Amino acid sequence: MAQRTIEIIVGLFMVAGLAALLVLALQVSGLSPKAAESTYTLYANFNDTGGLTPRGKVSMAGVTVGTIESISLDKETFQARVEMSIHSEVDNIPADSSAVIRTSGLLGEQYIDISIGGDMESLQAGDTFYSTQSAMNLERLISNFASGK
Amino acid sequence: MGSNAYISLKDVVFSRSGRRIFDGITLDIPRGKITAIMGPSGTGKTTLLRLIGGQLRPDSGSVQVDGHEVPRLKRKDLYALREKMGMLFQSGALFTDLSVFENVAFPLRVHTKLPEDMIHDIVLMKLEAVGLRGARHLMPSELSGGMTRRVALARSIALDPELIMYDEPFAGQDPIAMGVLVKLIRDLNSSMGLTSVLVSHDVPESLSICHYACIISDGQIIGEGTPEELKAHPSDQVQQFLQGQPDGPVPFHYPADDAGKDFGLGGGA
Amino acid sequence: MLDRIASMGRLGLDVVASLGRSGRFLAGVLSGVPRPVTGFPLLIKQIYTVGVLSLAIVVVSGLFIGMVLGLQGYTILSDYGSEAAIGQMIALTLVRELGPVVTALLFAGRAGSALTAEIGLMKATEQLSSMEMMGVDPLRRVIAPRLWAGFIAMPILAVIFSVVGIWGGMLVGVEWLGVFEGSFWGNMQSSVDFLDDVMNGFIKSVVFGFVCAWIAVFQGYDCVPTSAGISSATTKTVVYSSLAVLGLDFVLTAVMFGDF
Repeated sequence: MAQRTIEIIVGLFMVAGLAALLVLALQVSGLSPKAAESTYTLYANFNDTGGLTPRGKVSMAGVTVGTIESISLDKETFQARVEMSIHSEVDNIPADSSAVIRTSGLLGEQYIDISIGGDMESLQAGDTFYSTQSAMNLERLISNFASGK
Repeated sequence: MGSNAYISLKDVVFSRSGRRIFDGITLDIPRGKITAIMGPSGTGKTTLLRLIGGQLRPDSGSVQVDGHEVPRLKRKDLYALREKMGMLFQSGALFTDLSVFENVAFPLRVHTKLPEDMIHDIVLMKLEAVGLRGARHLMPSELSGGMTRRVALARSIALDPELIMYDEPFAGQDPIAMGVLVKLIRDLNSSMGLTSVLVSHDVPESLSICHYACIISDGQIIGEGTPEELKAHPSDQVQQFLQGQPDGPVPFHYPADDAGKDFGLGGGA
Repeated sequence: MLDRIASMGRLGLDVVASLGRSGRFLAGVLSGVPRPVTGFPLLIKQIYTVGVLSLAIVVVSGLFIGMVLGLQGYTILSDYGSEAAIGQMIALTLVRELGPVVTALLFAGRAGSALTAEIGLMKATEQLSSMEMMGVDPLRRVIAPRLWAGFIAMPILAVIFSVVGIWGGMLVGVEWLGVFEGSFWGNMQSSVDFLDDVMNGFIKSVVFGFVCAWIAVFQGYDCVPTSAGISSATTKTVVYSSLAVLGLDFVLTAVMFGDF
């Protein structure tokens, strides 16, 4: 085969590879082109984070508004301190809102749901949620139910 | 010969996997002449060519080509020296994925920056020299054994080397192909002033074209000189090899136990 | 008994020696800077034989593996009522594991064995020797383009494999079994991370491509130049490549995903 034809085919092959990588980036991992979206940081303290993991989503009314950045242990209160980054355009979360750990489906992954409060003031960058609700522990729930408490 | 030697080997010792192949060989190959190196199969004649080409290193001793000590050359210098050498392999060793034309053009394309039309002309000249200008579009798989060797010959002279080494050029050739090769080797030597080294066990053909010959056996040179000197050589071993006698100093039988024992006839039976 | 110990020791030394040879061989191949003018067309030709010609088997295998993942995943996940997680399962399996690993195994069988046989045959017919005698280093002229081609082609093939596999999984999950398309992609996108999953999988395939190509060209170059030698070298290429890929996959997975 002529060298030129081979060159073109190999070129197409490499373009196909790049395109496939692009599909993996955009369609599969949901990497949006405006990845460097501006965010601000909020904190929440939980007694039990259950299976919450970094990179998990933070949502309001089912809409994703941010991601979980890190989870660490507060050595004074022995609570888990979750750092999350919230999209900047969602800048009016009422100050008395609470962060609730929920599970998507019965066995799905856990995420933080922000249930809206009624305060006129809103949370600022670096603030901590006043009230939180820890992960629902299925085992504890079952044992509570079984022992009739 | 001394200063006239293009290649000189001195006390070369070489062994492979525990077997000693050369045991102190000293040999001078004169410039511009055809030298035949003969010997029974398996005496390491091809190995000798590889030592000269620097593909193998001797255990001890010196191998000098055109004044360069081959085993001590750096990789780069060795490759530069090899551009002055041509080697015709027993199988021809043509690149099977390239046409005849491209095979001959290969060394030119790699080592020179000649424009395409000059490469074209040189390749056709070389192919003309071996009588295969018309076969330039064929692939190596379409060539006969003799043609393969002629193409390989054209390829090894593409860069106009000073030295050309032939590894068993006559082996397995029909009389016509053999005649063609003998003529080519002689013509190339006289027209280009090449130093030629010919490794072969075809005695009459080799002696008919060489100016100088030596016979190797058991890691030693057992005889050397001009073809006439060799024919009159006093050694039995040399005479046995030259005349192809089945039995002599080199026995017909591979060393074995007493035949009677092997056939179950030995002892008291 | 003593004989057996001695032969085991000899075997061990052989293995170490061949490792050493392959290391020196690699250094020889990589030390030469490929000459751009002559080297580039050779590289392109090798990417064609090694990469483009492996595309068909990679695409077909990817499609079927994706479809099987879709079917199996659906049966298991529907028991828990979370069929929607099928997209996430398929994508993570393919991108992290099956894409790089299966592509590397296919690559070893399809391209690696061909490389070994080709180089072995060139050695047996003295083509490599004659090249050396022409003052051309076969390591640079013959081996280097093949090694680089494997190194370049492998990640491309792995990425294509993953994409085709995910598409096959979607075909089964969404079109056939009726999982809602939005949640198929949504679940996938929320759980697959570009750097942690896609790029790590990509790095794996780069490593596998390098190792497979290295083993293939070395076995060819190092083979005993007879027909039996070439056939045993080809077998070794496939066996060693597969083992190396699976072993390295474990190591890489432990390093990349081991922290949770």
